[in-house]
Amino acid sequence: MTAPTVAHPAELGRARLRKEDARLITGQTNWTDNIVLPGLLHMAFLRSPHAHARITSVNVSAARQLPGVIAAYSGADFADEQGSLPCAWPVTPDIVIPAHPPMAVDEVRYVGEAVAVVVARNRYEAADAIEAIEVDYEPLPPVLDIRTALDEDSPKVHEAGNKSFEWVFGNGDIDAAFSGAPVVVERTYRQQRLIPSAMEPRAVVAASTGDEVTLWSSTQIPHVLRVMLALVTGIPEQNIRVIAPDVGGGFGSKLQVTAEEVLAVLITRKLGRPVKWTESRSEGNMTTHHGRDQWQRIRIAADSDGRIRGLDVDLLADMGAYLMLVTPGIPLLGAFMFNGIYKMDALAFKCTGVFTTKMPTDAYRGAGRPEATFAIERTIDELAVELGLEPLELRARNWIAHEEFPYTTIAGLTYDSGNYEAATAKAKELFRYDELRQEQAERNARNDPVRLGIGISTFTEMCGLAPSRVLGSLSYGAGGWESASIRMLPTGKVEVVTGSSAHGQGHETAWSQIVADQLGVPFEDIRVLHGDTQVSPKGMDTYGSRSLAVGGMALVGACDKVIEKARVIAAGMIEASADDLEWTAGRFSVRGDPEKAVTIGEIALAAFAAHNLPEGVEPSLDSDHTYDPDNFSFPHGTHLCATEIDTETGMVTIRSYVAVDDVGKVVNPLIVEGQVHGGIAQGIAQALYEEGVYDDAGNLVTTTLADYLVPSAADLPSYVTSRTESPSDNRLGVKGVGEAGTIASTPAVVNAIIDALRPLGVSDVIMPCTPERVWRAIQSAQQSGATS
Amino acid sequence: MTHITVTVDGARYADDVEPRMLLVHYLREVVGKTGTPIGCDTSNCGACTVLMNGESVKSCAVLAVQADGADITTIEGLANGELHPLQRAFHEMHALQCGYCTPGMIIAAADLLRDNPHPTEREVREGLEGNLCRCTGYENIVRAVQRAAEAGATS
Repeated sequence: MTAPTVAHPAELGRARLRKEDARLITGQTNWTDNIVLPGLLHMAFLRSPHAHARITSVNVSAARQLPGVIAAYSGADFADEQGSLPCAWPVTPDIVIPAHPPMAVDEVRYVGEAVAVVVARNRYEAADAIEAIEVDYEPLPPVLDIRTALDEDSPKVHEAGNKSFEWVFGNGDIDAAFSGAPVVVERTYRQQRLIPSAMEPRAVVAASTGDEVTLWSSTQIPHVLRVMLALVTGIPEQNIRVIAPDVGGGFGSKLQVTAEEVLAVLITRKLGRPVKWTESRSEGNMTTHHGRDQWQRIRIAADSDGRIRGLDVDLLADMGAYLMLVTPGIPLLGAFMFNGIYKMDALAFKCTGVFTTKMPTDAYRGAGRPEATFAIERTIDELAVELGLEPLELRARNWIAHEEFPYTTIAGLTYDSGNYEAATAKAKELFRYDELRQEQAERNARNDPVRLGIGISTFTEMCGLAPSRVLGSLSYGAGGWESASIRMLPTGKVEVVTGSSAHGQGHETAWSQIVADQLGVPFEDIRVLHGDTQVSPKGMDTYGSRSLAVGGMALVGACDKVIEKARVIAAGMIEASADDLEWTAGRFSVRGDPEKAVTIGEIALAAFAAHNLPEGVEPSLDSDHTYDPDNFSFPHGTHLCATEIDTETGMVTIRSYVAVDDVGKVVNPLIVEGQVHGGIAQGIAQALYEEGVYDDAGNLVTTTLADYLVPSAADLPSYVTSRTESPSDNRLGVKGVGEAGTIASTPAVVNAIIDALRPLGVSDVIMPCTPERVWRAIQSAQQSGATS
Repeated sequence: MTHITVTVDGARYADDVEPRMLLVHYLREVVGKTGTPIGCDTSNCGACTVLMNGESVKSCAVLAVQADGADITTIEGLANGELHPLQRAFHEMHALQCGYCTPGMIIAAADLLRDNPHPTEREVREGLEGNLCRCTGYENIVRAVQRAAEAGATS
């Protein structure tokens, strides 16, 4: 038998244009809000206008009388069946996890908390009916500042008090590191509250048929959500199907089990009709979980030559009013990253989780690691000033040298690969670092009113979440594996099923590239399926830059199994011993006789027909694989930012931005570059523009995109990106790239601002570094300089 | 209810609508043109941008009754047998990730190129200031618009 050679270029590293785009650029999309079902009803929520209040009565009867209104419910109507929204990460044995009813019953604890719901024929009628609900509240004092919330006389968010947990961690002798240290620098940094702001607002559609209920949701986590819905509502898991259709971005904000999802499921079952809810942007800013919100106290001890002796971290983390899915775990994900790329003798870490009467915080792009990276990279700059060392020189004296990998850090993580020297050298060259330093010196010397600053961020992060045993040791409620299935179709085409649920990352393209290489089938012949628990029954979903390093490796394992079985079938087809077969480019051939060969497509057809399979071989050439990583992956890089600051107005302009990232082997450079661009933009946004602000009464004042300043194209610079490549330990050599840019860029920008203003006496500006804050920092430094 | 007649992507529609109905809800829920999404409620994000009589408007900031007699082009009507040069450029330059802002971004860019067929990078950035994207950092969107301009995407 002869077989045509399947000729195809290697896909790994190829800038394939995305398969996803065809529907997205033509409007043929399937966003959740696009879904229309026969008899569909619309839900609208009445939400608390108080940060903290006792509910004394809710009267929905007038709303029920309005035309088009099918039902109206208060929290009390669901008190017996709505359960409590889950927290899957009880970080300490004595953590306080307050009950969190999807609709408030007795007390509201943040502005926007759902109090009642209306179900009507259309969204306009639902909105009208909300106005007809009467609620009486007895206001209680809000709790808004985590720095005073633990005081004896502070009002309480929950009866048990305002402290949720205290988590401590450390390694090495921290007292020895600090006692007698020639240099100790202490700083306090603010990680402001951020609103993730995915462009697609949250939306849900729920429908029930008999015992079954289907939930379409704009979610990152259809699989986790299904399990959690079963646990919260008591509906047997096998009767729940969750579908994540096209999802318009997440950034962590859709890694959640929400009140609206639970209530949609309960209400569709109660009414026997499908229901839909889509949040407005203002509703979303109030009630889609927020990110960051920490105060960080950092102390670093060093020898006089700059060698770091120890780092002591004390965090206050704002949980908001309740613990949601992974709320308390977010600051802990940063615990292992405060030491960054540096060697040191000792690390001490303490985090106190504090309740306030605000929207709960939870995962937002980077989740704990941007906060840690900001703190260490800002602190290293401060230490450099204290020591009179060039900030890159101080970094080089402390970072892990490339020949030291694998290296176990003071936080106990083993970094498998990296080359900080190479990334930094490349970044310096692209940035023209020495020339800019020269220009900066000249401008400082002539007291230029527009100051030039150079910001450095030599970052690393842990991603590819995560080895299940590590998650278990941190008390997380689930594992960190991922699953993949290959279905070899009779015509030689391939269906790939992944448990990773993409929402912009380009899995349909990248997964096709990986499978094309592994199975030797054309890229175009592969279709990737995801995001429906009935199509892709197993998965841990998409967050923590895990899809490629975990889900991609699951694919490789699934392909291995296909090839293994195909070898046995091929041996029967060629009438050769399986041991004599060679696998190359999608076909098995007899070693030494390459004309005697069968392609994977021919083998798939033979496995389908099953007329002549070898003894004991089951029909079909499908496979399932589950991959649990041994370790995290550790992308790193050097980002350099040049800012120009008009000292008369406080206006900050980013003049140039260079990012050299090392994300290991790259499947698709186009997608990687896009992730870096978007990540940098989000980090710059934290540095310069965005802050979720509550007023003194606990009202969110940044409820619209006119108040919460998601930057536009006009607000952002062009980025110069490049890469170095230190393959990670997995077979693909890949790391992750989803969060790297966001983790890296915030400290690069703020370091650049401080670097520009330090000659004027400024050593910190609280984020976001708005013109007003920068101007005030300059004024205050000059005044204190004048009086000292 | 008010009676309106609107042409959307080349087809004529006549409907009775509530005076308060937003054009974007009319397009999505009455005409069934769900290719135009909604990203905010204050006309800041631009996701819902469509062409009304050839000029870009944010369809969440227009009432359906204001579109009476108008000719509307949505992302679904932009391609004419083959992809519009901007659609092709967005694909080729990887100017979208989740794709939610893409319909509005492409329509706004079409209007921009009609006014200014050869914009500089700065002009593209300022011209698209009313359209927000959370995924791309805008780098490739700017490149795509400039590439489409080179290809002569002025219509």
